[in-house]
Amino acid sequence: MPLKRKDLLGIEPLSVEEINLILNTAKAFKEVSTRDVKKVPTLRGKTIINLFFEPSTRTRTSFEIAGKRLSADILNISASTSSVVKGETLVDTARNLEAMYPDIIIIRHSRAGAPHLLANICRASVINAGDGAHEHPTQALLDAFTIKEYKKQIKGLKVAIIGDILHSRVARSNIHLLTKLGAEVRIAGPATYIPVEIEKLGVKVYHHIDAAFEGCDVVMMLRIQRERQDKSYLPSLREYFNLFGLTPERLRRATKDVIIMHPGPLNRGVEISSEAADGPYSVILEQVTNGVAVRMAVLYLLMGGKYEEVVS
Amino acid sequence: MKKLLVKKGRVIDPANNLDEHLDLLIADGKIAQVGKQLEDKEAQIIDAQGLIVAPGFIDMHCHLREPGREDEETIESGCRAAAAGGFTSVACMPNTEPPNDSQSVTEFILKQAAEKGIVNVFPIGAATKGLLGEELAEIGELKETGIVAVSDDGNPIYNGNLMRKALEYTGMFDLPVIDHCEDRELSAHGVMNEGYYSTLLGLPGIPAAAEEIMVARNIILTALTKGQLHIAHISTKGSVELLKWAKAQVLRITAEVTPHHFTLTDKEVCSYDTNTKMNPPLRSTEDVDAILQGIKDGTIDAIATDHAPHRRDEKNVEYADAPFGIIGLETAVPLALGLVNRGVISISRMIAMFTINPASILKIERGTLSPGAVADMTLLNLSERVKIDVNSFQSKSRNSPFHGWELKGRAIITIVGGKVVWSAKHII
Repeated sequence: MPLKRKDLLGIEPLSVEEINLILNTAKAFKEVSTRDVKKVPTLRGKTIINLFFEPSTRTRTSFEIAGKRLSADILNISASTSSVVKGETLVDTARNLEAMYPDIIIIRHSRAGAPHLLANICRASVINAGDGAHEHPTQALLDAFTIKEYKKQIKGLKVAIIGDILHSRVARSNIHLLTKLGAEVRIAGPATYIPVEIEKLGVKVYHHIDAAFEGCDVVMMLRIQRERQDKSYLPSLREYFNLFGLTPERLRRATKDVIIMHPGPLNRGVEISSEAADGPYSVILEQVTNGVAVRMAVLYLLMGGKYEEVVS
Repeated sequence: MKKLLVKKGRVIDPANNLDEHLDLLIADGKIAQVGKQLEDKEAQIIDAQGLIVAPGFIDMHCHLREPGREDEETIESGCRAAAAGGFTSVACMPNTEPPNDSQSVTEFILKQAAEKGIVNVFPIGAATKGLLGEELAEIGELKETGIVAVSDDGNPIYNGNLMRKALEYTGMFDLPVIDHCEDRELSAHGVMNEGYYSTLLGLPGIPAAAEEIMVARNIILTALTKGQLHIAHISTKGSVELLKWAKAQVLRITAEVTPHHFTLTDKEVCSYDTNTKMNPPLRSTEDVDAILQGIKDGTIDAIATDHAPHRRDEKNVEYADAPFGIIGLETAVPLALGLVNRGVISISRMIAMFTINPASILKIERGTLSPGAVADMTLLNLSERVKIDVNSFQSKSRNSPFHGWELKGRAIITIVGGKVVWSAKHII
């Protein structure tokens, strides 16, 4: 089965079948990264552009490695070195890149909907690598992939997402994905960080972290970026850590085999203590490893690849 | 000037409680006679059989962009768009470059309108110098030059004390203060309505409270000053409730609504189409229902377009970076007729919202077909199917979310001062 869509703009429009197709394909690709020669010829001759308007280490590198392991030609453009600094609009940048016939454009942008604007203009497939506070689909897919590795299935799991839900694209993509796959999703954070009517996405809202952790199978901690925000959201990082920071003591309310996840980069001592981040429950680096496999699957499927062919 | 005889139309003139099949004779730019089977050998005949004959429609809130942004619209093109949409008069907002806060700018607008405009242009003056909300503009002099209201347009008059003074000062000149009601701290960097869809789309929201707090403040200040307040583009349920309360206190407060706010909801933003971005933003279904109720029960007085032309490339950017606003002169009448077609209001009430009501608020001698009145008329065909095509617009801009919409009914002949300025698809 191929993925019958041109772009991957978010998790929200995906069906359960499409999500499972990507996760199953990723499983087949994961093995490639453990080989001595970490390369397959699958996307030879394809050109991929990594177009990053926001800083990124993990996601950009992960896509780049994924593309290279599939033998695609992949290049990076970051806003600071592009014509954006000369005032070129996103539409003009996109049209110029398009004129060089890329097959896939991966975009990260601070504005929600920027990948949609690109997808409307470009023949190339567009992958959303994070748009404002909207979606970050490959992050949610790699998170689901990681959860499945540890928990076998997602259905019935209790997953707590903690932190700044309002500004988090990771939270939104994960909420869509996990609720589609039948998990019980709890979100918790300061009331100022909980977006209005979020319950309509099928989640339960908590304002006390202990209640959110009760019987939890998976804990996802989100990054707090108070320095980049209006100061009205939060009195101090100290108070945030006291109320919502993840410590080994707090984890006792969760199940015995709880896993701790974080999309990175970590703010140690803000949303998560080092003991928790580096402790036995943490799967944070496994998430990073899986990111490559999931992105290989996404690149492969968007280029018309079929699951059956990877397996064979 | 040629005489005109408009025959056999259904004449609806809400100011005179008139709804009858009658003929109208126009001479010297005025309504000379209204009656049955009128004859006049010298007059040019307009066969209005099957058409509605209404007083000329007035758009009390539009942006003609001249002076300053002639790349988006000019007084000439804006007037043509108005005529094509069935409007015989427009009141243009002062947020030009430079803003209309001085006699010379008002004079310029009136001069351009007289030379190039095919409909009447009534300028709205700035309430404060430079629209900055710091000191009152020279409102007395502006009134003398020809303004019909004051407003800081997209800028709410933020300082409560200055708003109080504006309401007091304009009382001397019998001018309404038109306010864009928005608490800027609450709306912050919002680009759409705050609600389920802003959460889903990850776009910063503008809560309904941002509008309602300013509506409430303005109502209280109107009570204090006994001034005349007009609320621009009302968009929320809470605002309608506040307005209803204010009207029960017999305060001099009126409000307008735009066609997009009674037609579309914030769900439209899901496409990230920047033609769904305006301020106030498209609101929830619950708000739209309350707006429709307010239109129905008379709480809301007028329909105005908030016609806001923007160049295509200015709108073709990331949603958060696009300017607010859409054009509306050439879609307002078919959209408002939608209210009639759906049974929300009668045709007579709809016509009142475009004619005598805005004329009364702005105190302009328009909006009726009484004998002796200026012969501004809008002829409507209620049964014609219309497909909105932005490429056929007379406006210089194309930023409309209604492209491709199929609607029923539109204005087909526009008469200004006894002269046909627009007929079906061409200007005479």
